[in-house]
Formats: sequence, C-alpha cells, structure tokens
Amino acid sequence: MAITTTKTVAVTGNQAVAEAFRQLNPDVMPAYPITPSTGIMESFTKFVSDGKVDTETILVESEHSAMSACIGAAAAGGRVATATSSQGMALMWEMLHIASGYRLPILMALVNRALSAPLNIHGDHSDGMGMRDCSWIQLFCENAQEAYDNTIMAYRIAEHKDVRLPIAVNMDGFIISHSIESMQYITDEDVKKFVGEYLAIDPLLDIENPKSIGALVLPDYYMEHKRAQHQAMLNVKKVVQDVSAEFAKMTGRKYELFETYRLEDAEVAIVALNSAAGTIKDEIDRYREKGVKAGLLKPRMFRPFPHEEVGGALKNAKAICVMDRADSYGSYGPLFMEIASALAPFRGPVLFNKIYGLGGRDLMPLDVDQVIDETAEVAKTGKVKMLKEYITVRS
Amino acid sequence: MEKVFSRPSCLKNKPFRYCPGCSHGVLHRILAETIDVLAIRDRTIGIAPVGCAVFAYDYLDLDMVEVPHGRPPAIATGMKRSRPDSIVFSYQGDGDLAAIGTAEIVHAAARGENITVIFVNNGNYGMTGGQMAPTTLPGQKTTTTPAGRDIRDAGNPIKVSEMLATLDGPCYIERVSVDSPKNVLAAKRAVQKAFKNQISGLGFSLVEVLSMCPTDWGMTPGQSIEWVRTRMMKYYPLGVYKDTVSPSPV
Ligand SMILES: Cc1ncc(C[n+]2csc(CCOP(=O)(O)OP(=O)(O)O)c2C)c(N)n1
Ligand code: SF4
Repeated sequence: MAITTTKTVAVTGNQAVAEAFRQLNPDVMPAYPITPSTGIMESFTKFVSDGKVDTETILVESEHSAMSACIGAAAAGGRVATATSSQGMALMWEMLHIASGYRLPILMALVNRALSAPLNIHGDHSDGMGMRDCSWIQLFCENAQEAYDNTIMAYRIAEHKDVRLPIAVNMDGFIISHSIESMQYITDEDVKKFVGEYLAIDPLLDIENPKSIGALVLPDYYMEHKRAQHQAMLNVKKVVQDVSAEFAKMTGRKYELFETYRLEDAEVAIVALNSAAGTIKDEIDRYREKGVKAGLLKPRMFRPFPHEEVGGALKNAKAICVMDRADSYGSYGPLFMEIASALAPFRGPVLFNKIYGLGGRDLMPLDVDQVIDETAEVAKTGKVKMLKEYITVRS
Repeated sequence: MEKVFSRPSCLKNKPFRYCPGCSHGVLHRILAETIDVLAIRDRTIGIAPVGCAVFAYDYLDLDMVEVPHGRPPAIATGMKRSRPDSIVFSYQGDGDLAAIGTAEIVHAAARGENITVIFVNNGNYGMTGGQMAPTTLPGQKTTTTPAGRDIRDAGNPIKVSEMLATLDGPCYIERVSVDSPKNVLAAKRAVQKAFKNQISGLGFSLVEVLSMCPTDWGMTPGQSIEWVRTRMMKYYPLGVYKDTVSPSPV
C-alpha cells in the first residue's frame, strides 16, 4: 500500500479524537459531558447537526446510562463510541465489566483526569488505572497524534474475531486534550478503507439463531467464561502488532506495544506513560550529551500488558525508575507493579518507584533531572534510598 | 447614620466569581439571609453540588460539604438521619438534580426526608459549558444541540416540581423565579418556608428557582431575564405544586 495522503493541522487533542470519531462514523454515540473530555462530545454533536456523520447521538442523563446505552447498542449489532473522564468513568465502572463480559467491542476515549476527593479536574491516571481490571484493552497516548492514530486503529483491534473486547484510548486531560499541536490527519477515504465495514458477530435478532446475552452462570461454568476472556486478552498483542504494522504501511507512523527512546544501551532507565514522556525524552537527550547513558520506555498498550517484551527491553539497565501518575494506595504505583512483574524473571536492574503529577501537578524538566540523577546514582551504588516516594510534593 | 442594609452574617465578604447576570449570587444571598433570620447558622450544614455552584462553600460561612455530581439528596439523607437536630440543605443545578441525580431526588422525596432542597433550573449544564440538560426547552440551542433541542431524539424537558408533587412524600414544593425584585422577595419567602418546614420536622421541601445563565445562553443579562419571562415561565409556570402544611398558596 502506498503512503496515504495526509493533511497537517494544528488542533487540540480533543479535536483530534473528535475528528477520528467523525471518520469512524459510529452507529451510536451515547455520552454525558465531563471536563476535560467534553470537547469531544461537543465537536461530535456539531458533526451530527451538520450532517457529517450518520451517528445516532444519545444525550443520556449520566455516564452509567451512557455505558449502558453503549452496551445495548453494541449488543444490537452497532458500532459504538463514547468519551468520558474521571468521575464519569468511575460511574460507568459497573457497566465496564458488563461490556467486556458480553464481549462487545465498544470504543471509549478516556481523557485522563484525577478522581475525587478532593475534587480536581486536572490530568492524572487514577481513572485509567481504576479500569485496569475491567478486561478492557487500554492504549495510552503521548500526544494528539498518538491519540488520533490509536483511535483510528481501535475498532480494528477491538472487533477482531480473536479479540471482541472493548477498548479505551487514553490521553492526558488538559495537557493534551486542550493544548494545540501540529499533527497529521489521514484522509476520510483511507480511514474508511483501513477500518472497513463492521461485521457484528452474534448480534441480536438473528431469527434463525435466537439467543440470550448475559445469562446467569453459576460456579459450574463461570470460570470457563472468564478463561475465555483471559484468552481473548492474550490474543490482543498479536492483533495490535498486525494492525499497527498495516497502519504504518498506510501512514509511515510506526507503533509498537511500547516505545523505547535511547534505551538499547541505557544503564539508567525511566518508565512513564503518556505526556510526561515528551519532557523525559528532552531531558534524556541532555543527559546523553553529558555522557549519562539514560533511556526511556513508554508503554502504549497497558492492557494487556506485554510483560515479556517489556522485561526483555529493560533487563540490561542497571537502575530503573518507574514513574506513576496514579497510586495504588498501600502498595506501589500500578505501572511499577507491572514493571516489577515484567522483570521478575531477570536478576538485573534495581527498581524503584516515584509518584508524580497527581491532580495535574506539572512535571518540569528540573523534576525529571532529579529523577535521572537519582537513578544514575542507584545505577552506580546499587542502593535505593526509598522504594516508593512522592515527588514534587510539600513535605 | 443608621445602617439599614448589610451583608448577612453567613455570607463571606468575598466577591462572587459567577458571571454577570447569573442567578447563583442572588440565591446565595437569599439562603444566607434565610439562615440569619431563622437563627439556625450554628446547626446548618449545606451541601454544595458539582456545577457552577461548586464553590458555594467559598461564599457561605457555614459548614459545607462538596459532594459528587447528583448525590446531594442521598448524602443529605445520611447526614440528617445521623444528626436529626441539624438543618441540612442541598443546593443543586438541573444537571445535578434532574439528570445524573434523578434517582436520588425522587427517592429522597418519596421517603419524605426532612431536608430542604434548592433546585436551580437554568436550562443547561452551566459549568461544563452549556450542554443540553433535561430541562432545556424544546428548540433551545445548546452546545450539544447546536440546531436546537429536537424532542424526537433528545426527549422532552422534565418538569421537576410537577413530577415530584405527584409523590406522597414531599410536604412542600414551589417553583419561583428571581427575574424581578418582586419575584426575588417571593423566592425568599419560599426558601424561608422550606427551611421552617424542616425546623418543624414536617418533611421534604423543595424550591425550584428559574435562573439565568447569560454566558451559556449567549445572551446579555437583560435578554436572559426576557428569556426567563417569555419562554421559561410558559413551560415552567411559577406556583405552589404541593403544600401539605398550608394548602392555600403562600
Ligand atoms: C459523574 C460526573 N459526570 C459529569 C461531571 C461533569 N459535570 C460537572 S458540572 C456538570 C453539570 C452542571 O450543570 P448543573 O447541575 O445544571 O449546574 P450549573 O453549572 O448549570 O449551575 C457536569 C456534567 C461530573 N462532575 N461528574
Ligand atoms: S456559566 Fe451560567 S450558571 Fe455558571 S456562573 Fe456563568 S451564568 Fe452562572
């Protein structure tokens, strides 16, 4: 396939995702507004009013109903999308398990925002991490381009016959959702070709094959259902790789399960999700100039988590600092726990955990420098002062 | 010289950050005056919603709890049951009360909880930027109904006062407006009555206030007052919808 024609634009993360939604033209979009994801819904309802999509939008009364309507629409055989953040996702939580348990390939744009209380509207990953055990595929995005591209790829992954699971595309609230960046849109025609027609598997009202969805399953069969869900998750990795390879052929933009930045020979490694990766890459460049062998690993696919590959990529580092923009209170940060699992088979690197950026607190280049300095020190001495620590916080 | 007009004692000396022409400020003052007049400040707990009035606790010099979107009536219920001697009010917008919190308000009313609810009906979700609310009028333009609310797919508005008045639980439900000095005084009387009912242990009282949101309506404050008078009052007539205390209108 030839590289597709693209258009360079300057848009916010929310506009980019709304544009992807327009191009995907879902059958149904139920939504309830919440900062900072509201822009997606507002732009999209404008597309509906202007007749640019065929989507049935439903202005429901809550996110619990939004996800319920998504489930109804998807079970009936429609392609479905919604957008939310924070408390909205939290209110959906019961239904998130229903969506994955029914094996419905629903698409959610999750614009990451801190959970209450205290009330806060800014970006952190506590909402995304709150849904990590809901059996949704989770992709994390550094910038508007990645959010757009992952959204375009989402249905191909979720609807794959070996997968059939819902998918959430995450980007940082405000930092990405509300900042204008230069990025590239793919043409409508190419998106349409790439995504293809939706073929609902086992929709309702297949008169020859009447069925029930969501029936009661007691101890005799419940585990088999869950085992099947686990298997579907195992299948996701290959599908993500295949779809991303096809996407790269179309656009020239390559996506792996995670991104590595100057990691090959790194002794000092940082792991972080989403927008902070941009700042960290800049600082890594500065440290490289000073002769410090620093590198970054930025997971793209958080669920399912590619432990084996991540372990392989990190095993030769001497020290690794995992930076979490969420906490699992009473334990370590959620990303740290994944990295620790990934490295369990290897004896190499010394690991430690920093919690940063909660409730939207900025991570400045100087903060990253301190983390790199400390990681370099740990690489030298092999000694960690504090396994888990909150940084940029008042004492 | 004699001082004849002053700030209510439970209103902080702090400028409101609401938009010009917004009704929240007027309502905060009515609330504060009511609490002063009834001398209940030492036992009153207010519940601030998620919505533009999220900062009510910044202005009202009372014990306040800021609670998640839609949940005030359920939280108020818990509070009142645990401290029956306290005076508990919730202050809620139409997104909070008539959309995401519909179940809570209906059931608190049905149980006849002894609380006071101030319901601010401004026909949209103000805080998030003026999206359609259940109370948005047919044909009204909002950011999620740019061509006007089409009741065929966006549904019909909910008349909260009329709906709750069908229940046996509430003791007092009235719809008021703050579009004129006369109506502000009537609104104040209604709010006072709603608090007095609670003090006397009579049960659930709700005052619905037709309110202005010039910013999200894309109007001047003057035009907003006209909109309330000519459009909202037609769809949402003012008046007492339920009063088991003094059946004739107050
Ligand atoms: C669970 C949840 N969903 C959505 C939101 C986002 N949100 C905050 S305020 C609001 C609407 C406020 O409108 P309204 O209650 O009418 O009050 P107003 O701002 O108009 O005074 C919404 C949808 C939220 N905070 N929590
Ligand atoms: S947006 Fe509307 S409700 Fe909110 S403060 Fe402004 S005028 Fe008032």
